[in-house]
Amino acid sequence: MSMIGKLVAQRLALGLLTLFVVSLIIFLCVELLPGNLAQEILGQAATPETVAAFNRELGLDLPPHERYIAWLLDMTKGDFGRSLASQREISELLGMRVQNTFFLATLAAVIAIPLAVTLGILAALYRDSWYDRIVNVVTLTSISFPEFFVAYILIIVLAVNLGIFPSISNISEDLGFWEKVYRSALPALTLTLVVVAHMMRMTRAAIINLLASPYIEMARLKGLKPGRIILKHALPNALAPIINVVVLNLAYLVVGVVLVEVVFVYPGLGQLFVDSVSKRDIPVVQACSLIFAMTYVLLNLLADVLSIMSNPRLLHPR
Amino acid sequence: MTMSAPSNAFGGQASPWVSRIAMAAVHFFILVLFLQNVAADTWSSVIGLLFAHLYSVVALTYWSKIERTAAGDTVIVTVTLEYVLMAIIFWERASAWPWSTMFGLGMVQVCAFAAVKYWKDLRRAPASAWFGLIVILVYVMVAATAPIIAPFGETEIVGSEYDVWSNKHLLGTDNLGRDMFTRLIYGGRNTVGIAFTTTLLAFIIGGFAGILAAAMRGWVDQVLGRLVDILMAIPSFIFALLILTIVGTSIPSLIMVIAVLDATRVFRLARAVSMNVVVLDYVEAASLRGEGLWWLIRSEILPNILPPLVAEFGLRFCFVFLFLSGLSFLGLGIQPPTADWGSMVRDNATLITYGDITPLLPAAAIAILTIGVNFVVDWFLHKASGLKD
Repeated sequence: MSMIGKLVAQRLALGLLTLFVVSLIIFLCVELLPGNLAQEILGQAATPETVAAFNRELGLDLPPHERYIAWLLDMTKGDFGRSLASQREISELLGMRVQNTFFLATLAAVIAIPLAVTLGILAALYRDSWYDRIVNVVTLTSISFPEFFVAYILIIVLAVNLGIFPSISNISEDLGFWEKVYRSALPALTLTLVVVAHMMRMTRAAIINLLASPYIEMARLKGLKPGRIILKHALPNALAPIINVVVLNLAYLVVGVVLVEVVFVYPGLGQLFVDSVSKRDIPVVQACSLIFAMTYVLLNLLADVLSIMSNPRLLHPR
Repeated sequence: MTMSAPSNAFGGQASPWVSRIAMAAVHFFILVLFLQNVAADTWSSVIGLLFAHLYSVVALTYWSKIERTAAGDTVIVTVTLEYVLMAIIFWERASAWPWSTMFGLGMVQVCAFAAVKYWKDLRRAPASAWFGLIVILVYVMVAATAPIIAPFGETEIVGSEYDVWSNKHLLGTDNLGRDMFTRLIYGGRNTVGIAFTTTLLAFIIGGFAGILAAAMRGWVDQVLGRLVDILMAIPSFIFALLILTIVGTSIPSLIMVIAVLDATRVFRLARAVSMNVVVLDYVEAASLRGEGLWWLIRSEILPNILPPLVAEFGLRFCFVFLFLSGLSFLGLGIQPPTADWGSMVRDNATLITYGDITPLLPAAAIAILTIGVNFVVDWFLHKASGLKD
């Protein structure tokens, strides 16, 4: 157990370091702006006085390291500063959107993970059969599709032609849970389709990889049924890579949300992010990328830790 | 032309005269093509002529060096002459865009050379790989000769908004009344061209750094490795958007940003595969006999890690291509009025809610190319792994 504890502690320390570096990069990106922020925002016509006032207001007259520490402390307190475009508090802009985005990502994950793992196990069980081949071609194709293509095909089929789901996800706070699920069904389905292919292929590969090992052959020679071999013997050892790929795909989900939210006009973080990028609203972009990047890093960390903890060799040391 | 080879360069099994006459015809064709332009733009025709002749010299030198058969020569000559014939039939359009015509000729010859050289492998390729190769060939040719094929100009407004499909406008018109079919052709040229350039740049940066890290070890490896770790800590889509906010979305900055972010993945692969090669005896033998670093990289390491890198190039291209179209779709990639598949979907998305599939054609074009490349990579990987056994 101490072995696991040590490994996990190592990963956690590394993760913390990564978080620190990520925040530093996001902070520094603005420092590297050609010219300076004030000039960029206020335009060439700005007088030295207005530039100085602007700098003082944003604290830009302080040396970089002091500013970084102040910025980081504000961020941890949930104070992201003000948007340059609308002058509103960024935390106010973020509040509901962060929730919406995580709701969407969770919904997609809840559909995608069981589906992908089941399909992957079935493909490994019946490998080289027609089922396996069809699944292989279908997943290879869906990996090759751009997200917005999948999204619009779903809109045309499910929203325009069949009229089952709304093509625009109009989410607001006062909606009930199921109403929310119904309205975000199409974006969630799009994300699911994009993610399932990869997860499924990796699950299949992880299990097939193990099927060649001697202890599986032993189980087969004992006369066990293929289903039992895969579920009882192969799966526990394949769990680590599977968990890894599942969590990595969740990390991908958080990013993939950006495109899908724009297609479905879903009021989430991704849309705010894209809007701010096109308006070059730097504080909002910083805040959004910080949230996205943190989620990504934390999920990666989770993947690392979980795959260590589910490794049977480490769990039962000799 | 280039008689540097000890034996007759045009010897071999094929009749030398056929090739010579064919090449003379092509030269005459290029001469006329660019001389037509002299009155309009002297410099571009002079540069064009120089470039065309440089290209011919390179092509002929290469031709004299590859293993040749009469059938292979016939294929190359026939394909070239057929292209010239096509250009003469559509002389009006072909002569209006001499650079595109010239580029198309180059592409036709490159494809013919490749087909002849790798015919043994191609013959045994599965149907899916053939499908992929044909898709790539069609895209490359359309991209090369876009202005010649396209019925209208790239940004020309030729009708009312959202016209339906008709004889004049094959796929209707877009939100500003530009011809959809024309935009689709030009979009292919821009999107594929930029994605290809980006991938190439990513491979030059990442591949070189990766091999260098593996060959030099020590602090170079450590520094490069940690730098890549840092760049990979932030999801690349988010990172790209963050940097593009700051540097702005011009095409050069787009190419640079995506190339650098993508080079990290190439670095990882190049380093990993060269690590396996660097420890082998023949590399040590070479370094003991005093070969320099550059020689080691070029002659010992690079040839041995080429197959996985080529396969990775295909996959990376798909990734960059989807990435770029995603950015354009968000309005943050290639900027209007340049035609581009991602932004075409975005601009015409309104039509989708009326059940019109026209805006999906560019997206389908993206999907077909990525599927094609994936199939070819699949075949290539299978072949490369088969050869090792």
